[in-house]
Amino acid sequence: MAKHVDHLYFFLLAVLVFFTLVVVILVAIFAVKYRREKHPVAVPIHGNIPLEITWSLIPLALEMVIFVWGGILYFQMSRPPAASMEIYAIGKQWMWKFEHPNGTREINELHVPVGRDVKMIMTSQDVIHSFFVPAFRVKNDVIPGNERYSVAWFNATKAGEYHLFCAEYCGTMHSGMVGKVIAMEPTAFERWQSGGGGEGSMAASGEKLFLQLGCSTCHRGDAGARGPNLNGLFGSTVQLADGRKVVADEGYIRESIQNPPAKVVAGFQPIMPSFQGQISEEGILQLLEYVKHLKGQTPGGPVNVAPGSNSVPGATGLPNQQAPLTTAPTMKK
Amino acid sequence: MPEEHYINEDYGIRSWLLTKDHKRIAILYLISITFFFAIGGLMATMIRIHLLTPTGNLVSHDNYNKLFTLHGIVMVFFFLVPSIPATLGNFLMPMMLGAKDLAFPKINLASWYIFMIGGSVALYAIVAGGVDTGWTFYTPFSSVYSNTHVVTAIVGIFFAGFSSILTGLNFIVTTHRMRAPGMTWFRLPLFVWSMYATSVIMMLGTPVVAITLSLVALERVFHLGIFNPALGGDPVLFQHMFWFYSHPAVYIMILPGMGVISELVSTFSRKPVFGYKFVAFSSVAIAIFGFLVWGHHLFTAGMSIYAALLFSLVSFLVAVPSGIKTFAWTATMYKGSISYKTPMLYVFGFLGLFCIGGLTGLFVAAVGLDIHLQDTYFVVAHFHYIMVGGMVMAYLGGLHYWWPKMTGRMYPEAWAKLSALIVFVGFNLTFFPQFILGYLGMPRRYAAYPPEFQVLHVLSTAGASILAVGYALPMVYFVWSLRYGQIAGPNPWGATGLEWKTTSPPHKHNFHETPVITEDPYNYTPELEREARFV
Repeated sequence: MAKHVDHLYFFLLAVLVFFTLVVVILVAIFAVKYRREKHPVAVPIHGNIPLEITWSLIPLALEMVIFVWGGILYFQMSRPPAASMEIYAIGKQWMWKFEHPNGTREINELHVPVGRDVKMIMTSQDVIHSFFVPAFRVKNDVIPGNERYSVAWFNATKAGEYHLFCAEYCGTMHSGMVGKVIAMEPTAFERWQSGGGGEGSMAASGEKLFLQLGCSTCHRGDAGARGPNLNGLFGSTVQLADGRKVVADEGYIRESIQNPPAKVVAGFQPIMPSFQGQISEEGILQLLEYVKHLKGQTPGGPVNVAPGSNSVPGATGLPNQQAPLTTAPTMKK
Repeated sequence: MPEEHYINEDYGIRSWLLTKDHKRIAILYLISITFFFAIGGLMATMIRIHLLTPTGNLVSHDNYNKLFTLHGIVMVFFFLVPSIPATLGNFLMPMMLGAKDLAFPKINLASWYIFMIGGSVALYAIVAGGVDTGWTFYTPFSSVYSNTHVVTAIVGIFFAGFSSILTGLNFIVTTHRMRAPGMTWFRLPLFVWSMYATSVIMMLGTPVVAITLSLVALERVFHLGIFNPALGGDPVLFQHMFWFYSHPAVYIMILPGMGVISELVSTFSRKPVFGYKFVAFSSVAIAIFGFLVWGHHLFTAGMSIYAALLFSLVSFLVAVPSGIKTFAWTATMYKGSISYKTPMLYVFGFLGLFCIGGLTGLFVAAVGLDIHLQDTYFVVAHFHYIMVGGMVMAYLGGLHYWWPKMTGRMYPEAWAKLSALIVFVGFNLTFFPQFILGYLGMPRRYAAYPPEFQVLHVLSTAGASILAVGYALPMVYFVWSLRYGQIAGPNPWGATGLEWKTTSPPHKHNFHETPVITEDPYNYTPELEREARFV
């Protein structure tokens, strides 16, 4: 993606140089040729409509080309490939916290495998931050709020360490809210990741929360349950009581936990209390990861989320090795 | 010098502070905004010194954040927005229209007082401990998290906003109602067209920013849940409302400069502006389209894909009228009779810098590319090329051009040319490296940065110190010229506008009798050639 962004950048640079040179050279030629000493009497010319229309339309046409080019690029940037590996991020004053689905946590460091599409699902627990990795030409604001997660995706093509910046001003240590993305060869990444966690996968932690908070008493999954069945919910289309239809994505799940009355599922009463302020951002992400795993199972029952497994379809399932490798730079919360 | 003019018609501090004469009010504004420019410049200097080393060597992180915030607030609301309209606009609009004064002289004076109240409150916010939200006041940082004098600063800006609403109102009514006989719309100088377009934006846009910032203040004080997500608010709503004004405000900050350039390029090429109607209507087009592009500041703020594409499209459209103007100014020089006086040097500088500033706008209007460049030094460099390379160059050019009209005396040409050159070199050295920094990924508003960016930061700081010399020089020689400058006479440039048909400095009522206009603008006659002693 960085390559494609750069192509547009250098094309625009050429446009800039061309038009600036046209103006500067013309100004220079006129200034010398028609200087007062040489050319004491000006010729009054009021304008030339065809010429004026020409220099309106040519830039317009060129700008439309740039618009379409930039638009196509943006379209690709805003749609993470379906098989992306997912990593969760929480921005807070002034650090980046990351959690891999297998439960590995990091602060200000983000380990990713080379050659994999990585989708970041991000939120902020205080002010607006912005996830910016210049080398990948990727940036997206991380916004606090009830109804959304910010998404960014990239694919590191070369192993190495890359700057990670917070790009949206966020207070005193804004310039300290920096870190690095460490892109590793897939085998090295597997080795690194298998040393992490120890607390179980995010989905397993989410399951514990699900039981602990009593979610399972209503979201039982049987016909008489007071809450909708969450089994297979993620990614499906939900019919709401007010007639709208929404896709159950990350933002929907988040909002339904934080502000349940905003979107009530058809056939159910708005009886669910808000959990805003009662679950940490990490906890919500764990619940989210748990809901994503509920496919063909009964909520609250045993879930096939072996600690250390990777939730993403197509991802390599990693056996959980309880003995952490000393080289693994994992940071715990 | 004429025996009687607006400066000597009365003496004493009261005669200035209670004046209703648009020319004297313009001078009051000139002194006030020069003061604010100096404060904003001082902060910029401290920022640049701080950034000489990667760890930042001058101030703490907190103080750095306050410096760039106050630099932005002071420069935008207390210098750039009032700069050309309140000084040159106030001084010249009535004269260019052939009127005695603006339509509402008392409101004009009131606008200066309101501006000064706003300025004093803002200064108090600085002295009391500062503000650290950035001039953009993004929520929920500004409305919940910041521990600084946010509300005080907002009150200051609120006042300054009302001052510019009143100025805009005055200019619009004056243009409609006070034109001398024969002064049809298409005989108006292009400066008036651009001031008119600016005034429309001031009147329609400023109330929105006043409301928006008031809501921030209310949320801080009364914990309303408007922008704070913890109370059910939406932080991005603030950005929409803020930029609905603040993007058009960018045009408040450049349209008057475009008007000045039109006048200067015509006078020093001794030709009518090429394609008068295209240039006039392009000002209006910018004012209208300027209201439809605010979303391009939010491409990375979780906007829907289709909304982003729409805002991108309109942003490209708004570039067309700016292009028309640039080509028109260039073509005006064709077969002209060009003299390289200081104001014309500023025109040359403006044309080059405005090209770069405008065309880098295309980079950030292209959504896919803006994702990378947003919130980096690329954006900082881009808008400084427009605001400083464009507007401040035009302002200085205009100030030199009309200085003999305002004071009756010429500035020293050699010193002025030298300072124009220093400004041009210093400006480019300051801001060109910032484009490269931005492309390499240096985020803005960073008090410390990775060491590989240091070389470019040092270059930028070196440029800033040159630029400071270029700005200090005019302040010295303008004051010097008040006593020692050559007597200018009514029309030192042999220029065409009505303002040159009266004495320098003008009489209290501008004209002894109401002028009657019988010819098109920019009609350079042989008689004018004979008057042009300083061209």
